[in-house]
Amino acid sequence: GGSLLCLSLSAARTHVSYEVKDNVAVVRINDPTSKVNTLSRHMQAEMVEVMNEIWGNAAVKSAVLISRKPGCFIAGADINMIQACKTAEEVTSLSQEGQKIFDQVEKSPIPIVAAINGSCLGGGLEFAIACQYRIATKSKKTILGTPEVMLGLLPGAGGTQRLPKMVGLPAAFDMMLTGKNIRPDKAKKMGLVHQLVDPLGPGLKSPEERTIEYLEEVAVDFAKGLAGRKVTVEKKKGLVQKIQDFVMGLPPVRKQIYKTVHSKVMKQSKGLYPAPLKIIECIQTGIEKGNAAGYLTESQNFGKLAMTSESRALIGLYHGQVTCKKNHFGKPERDVKKLAVLGAGLMGAGIAQVTIDKGVATILKDTTEEGLARGHQQVYKGLNDKTKKKSLTTFERDGIMSLLSGQLDYRDFENADMVIEAVFEDLSIKHKVVKEVEAVIPPHCIFATNTSALPIKDIAAASKRPEKVIGMHYFSPVDKMQLLEIITTNKTSKDTTASAVAVGLKQGKVIIVVGDGPGFYTTRCLAPMLAEAVRALQEGVGPKKLDSLTTGFGFPVGAATLADEVGIDVAAHVAEDLGKAFGTRFGGGNVEVLKMMVQKGFKGRKSGKGCYVYGAKSKEKKVNSGAEDILKSFKLTAPPAVSADEDIQYRLVSRFVNEAVLCLQEGILPDPVQGDIGAVFGLGFPPCLGGPFRFVDSHGADKLVQKMKRFEEAYGNQFTPCQLLLDHAKDSSKRFHK
Amino acid sequence: KSKKTLAKPGVKNIVLVDGVRTPFLQSGTIYADLMPHDLARAALQGLLNRTGLPKDAVDYIVYGTVIQEVKTSNVAREAALGAGFSDKTPAHTVTMACISSNQAMTTAVGLIAAGQCDAVVAGGVEFMSDVPIRHSRRMRKTMLSLNKAKTLGARLSLLGSIRLAHLAPELPAVAEFSTAETMGHSADRLAAAFGVSRLEQDEFALRSHTLAKKAQDSGLLSDVISFKVPGKDIVSKDNGIRPSTMEQMAKLKPAFIKPHGTVTAANSSFLTDGASAVLIMSEEKALAMGYKPKAYLRDFVYVSQDPKDQLLLGPTYATPKVLEKSGLTLNDIDVFEFHEAFAGQIMANLKAMESDWFAQTYMGRKTKVGAPPMEKFNSWGGSLSLGHPFAATGCRLVTTVAHRLQKEGGQYGLVAACAAGGQGHAMVIEAYPQ
Repeated sequence: GGSLLCLSLSAARTHVSYEVKDNVAVVRINDPTSKVNTLSRHMQAEMVEVMNEIWGNAAVKSAVLISRKPGCFIAGADINMIQACKTAEEVTSLSQEGQKIFDQVEKSPIPIVAAINGSCLGGGLEFAIACQYRIATKSKKTILGTPEVMLGLLPGAGGTQRLPKMVGLPAAFDMMLTGKNIRPDKAKKMGLVHQLVDPLGPGLKSPEERTIEYLEEVAVDFAKGLAGRKVTVEKKKGLVQKIQDFVMGLPPVRKQIYKTVHSKVMKQSKGLYPAPLKIIECIQTGIEKGNAAGYLTESQNFGKLAMTSESRALIGLYHGQVTCKKNHFGKPERDVKKLAVLGAGLMGAGIAQVTIDKGVATILKDTTEEGLARGHQQVYKGLNDKTKKKSLTTFERDGIMSLLSGQLDYRDFENADMVIEAVFEDLSIKHKVVKEVEAVIPPHCIFATNTSALPIKDIAAASKRPEKVIGMHYFSPVDKMQLLEIITTNKTSKDTTASAVAVGLKQGKVIIVVGDGPGFYTTRCLAPMLAEAVRALQEGVGPKKLDSLTTGFGFPVGAATLADEVGIDVAAHVAEDLGKAFGTRFGGGNVEVLKMMVQKGFKGRKSGKGCYVYGAKSKEKKVNSGAEDILKSFKLTAPPAVSADEDIQYRLVSRFVNEAVLCLQEGILPDPVQGDIGAVFGLGFPPCLGGPFRFVDSHGADKLVQKMKRFEEAYGNQFTPCQLLLDHAKDSSKRFHK
Repeated sequence: KSKKTLAKPGVKNIVLVDGVRTPFLQSGTIYADLMPHDLARAALQGLLNRTGLPKDAVDYIVYGTVIQEVKTSNVAREAALGAGFSDKTPAHTVTMACISSNQAMTTAVGLIAAGQCDAVVAGGVEFMSDVPIRHSRRMRKTMLSLNKAKTLGARLSLLGSIRLAHLAPELPAVAEFSTAETMGHSADRLAAAFGVSRLEQDEFALRSHTLAKKAQDSGLLSDVISFKVPGKDIVSKDNGIRPSTMEQMAKLKPAFIKPHGTVTAANSSFLTDGASAVLIMSEEKALAMGYKPKAYLRDFVYVSQDPKDQLLLGPTYATPKVLEKSGLTLNDIDVFEFHEAFAGQIMANLKAMESDWFAQTYMGRKTKVGAPPMEKFNSWGGSLSLGHPFAATGCRLVTTVAHRLQKEGGQYGLVAACAAGGQGHAMVIEAYPQ
């Protein structure tokens, strides 16, 4: 609009510049205010201006579009720009502006070559695919993709219309519905880019700088070739491609594909996520009803999606994740160059893997050779699986493995900068370990404990230097789960915290830093929900039904399956400990159910039996009849007033949410953002709800409190809403997120 | 000259008595039906003939090779026996990619310096006309199990497990094991990193061929011996020298990075068969035996760096290091012989050596070492034109330096080479007083 014009004409251009070299206009993008380029209003305005100048210049026969940032072509649209919109219409018109610009690019009278180095995502990819030719570097940083779906949106600047034509219907669905990143080699095979350029090493300039220059040189050559018709865009189609095109040309085949994709999406998303369905609709409309209808549907759906609570929740998580990937405690006094992990179990080995992976020398110590061998093999397998996926070469794998020192003694601990213990969850064992380790480590070395429930201050009680003691709660499997919960006691020094956060960030984790107490934040939220799950099981809700109720609410893993994954023994342990600490609020289910299961050897997946039976390769999980027998012996009558499906769902969720809010009230949690991130990334709280705090905001605290009061009547004080939740219920202007 | 001689008190003078090589031939040509030890034998016999060395005067033989013929894995021993050396002279084989015979020579220097030997023959051989092609791992495994299978049933079931895919052979590649990148691909990236143009590369390649042709025609390549190839004619000339024109060279398509790369068949060294040998002695022994040595072999270094992005930068790293060791500067050097793997690689090294930024950023030096002046550089051709039998090139470089110092009247020469694995080598050679 008008403001847009003022912006661009009032000052010299800051984001987009160009020069004409040999009849080729080289257009360079660089947002000086950010690490990444985004298609902000400012960027778009300057781009339009530059393109018009180029199109108006008869001497320009072709153009190259390139970013001056080493790791980023264009990372996408400016999310804030979308969030600032108040109505769906506003967002739709944003989409239409984008569509219009890219339409002009597509119909450009001169060929435009997109020279891609670094992330080319979302709107960036839509820009690139509107160009006539694409060249990408094979840099590890170069990724192409349409991640909009992960923000509850869709590619709203022509992506849903151009991609299917470019890469075919199945690949386009795959890209847009999963939002996955595509590496350069794959992109070339798919036909998403035409040429690849190898990244360069040291020369007369830094590798990053020279690689961009080289990419530009190659792109300029291709641009000239295209202008002089020495290079053709059309690739000869192979037989397979021809057959595929023919098949896709048949309307019944396409209809079948839409149907299959639709039902697959419904199965996976339980209908809780509107974006994938809208994406399907856009693609289908474009192909079946033509461009005009397709683009219109795209822009309208984009507008609608931007106004959904799901999109707001997902965007909130995105921002939260960005915040939780920063160190808010400053730079630690010294870097951790050598880390020691005690205990080569599932957790210990996992921590070791994500540490050596980032080039930090790591000692993995266990007490038995068998334990050590198992842990070592776990690390090796973790890395070797990456070589199979080609994200690592075997040579890199070997180099990474060389950083791991498996040992049974405390050799070299005098050089350790940080020790993370992951031994058995027993306070007396932990105390023994603290004393043993402190006898051998240097004074500056930090002692971190990976416990999931024991209060850190209790563990630190055995320490001679409690300021160096901190909790680092990892989630299993460590190499897959993104969250790290760091727990500080009132004695933990700021530098110790800074160092723990720095290590976690290096390991690639999303980090929340919470206060000390039984179960900290995450375990404390999960425990009451699991207690309620046990209650439901006792009341005769079968494990399968329980799973479908929880996944139906948006949890990625059902409650019964989750208990099996966590381990029934761990769950029993935690339930008992926290039950003692918090009393009846953690009641509901009978802990004896879990204890009995453990007694019978039903420890969950790791022991082959839990709520379910594991091992057999059949697709359908079988309920463990032994566990059912135990449940029968603890059977309780379900109060009919609060036992409808939705009631069970809210009984589970409200206890989770109430405990989260109580953590904030008590100061265990510093802020709602970390509460949401911890719940979603550590415990699988439904991402579409954005976390417990955003859920309270969007659902309404008053409505939640009403439900809880009803449950309270039937069950007792485990459903009593905490004060902070009551405050929010009373005053609807109170919100956890602005 | 900043130094009159590089002799050091208390350090033995070690001399190059003489060096020879078989003609270097494009692989698949006249040597095609030989085996590697045949070529090595020819070089060794040539050395015996040239020097008139009594066969039992040699204390030790060290030979380099890169692609090993599995039947003659210690090719040094097989060749020595066949060449008629005393069977009491031990021999071993070394391998260090394109600097294998450099390693053979410096091993010899080490044996002499340590007082363990007085006369050592060093050399190298490469035979690219035939390379070991293996069965696939799966197939090998089946075949090895077949040996152990006791019953007919067990054998049949093993045979039955063979699938068509298992029959696909494994070809050796001139690729780094660590990065899986072929050397030509890395050279192309290196050239691009240093902004070396296609034109510069073609020009350098043309220069190499032109100079080699001139040297060949004027009889300067006196290290080449004649070799009567069994069943074929006598060969006495390198056959890869082919001065072309810039226009013709420009027509070639890139060989590795397609379609926009700059390294082509014409500006790369070609697959070559050949062998070389040198006689290295302590100065005392040489003089006592009545030889007039050609040169002193002085300081040498080996270097290594990132095998991915700096694979072929060995000369850049090795040159300043060996000069410092000798107390010389680049200006003291009269004769440069650098191994030309690719024109792009040479040009990249020259640019790196000319760059203060590179010296400071990657080599931890205060200033650049400087690039050798072209009039002193590979003036009798190089690996691009003469050919590059991997393990034989090192001896050719050293012998050529000695010959050029004699011919041109210089005092100091410098050999430098890159090698697979991101390694490199340099050696300072001093002319023997005439």
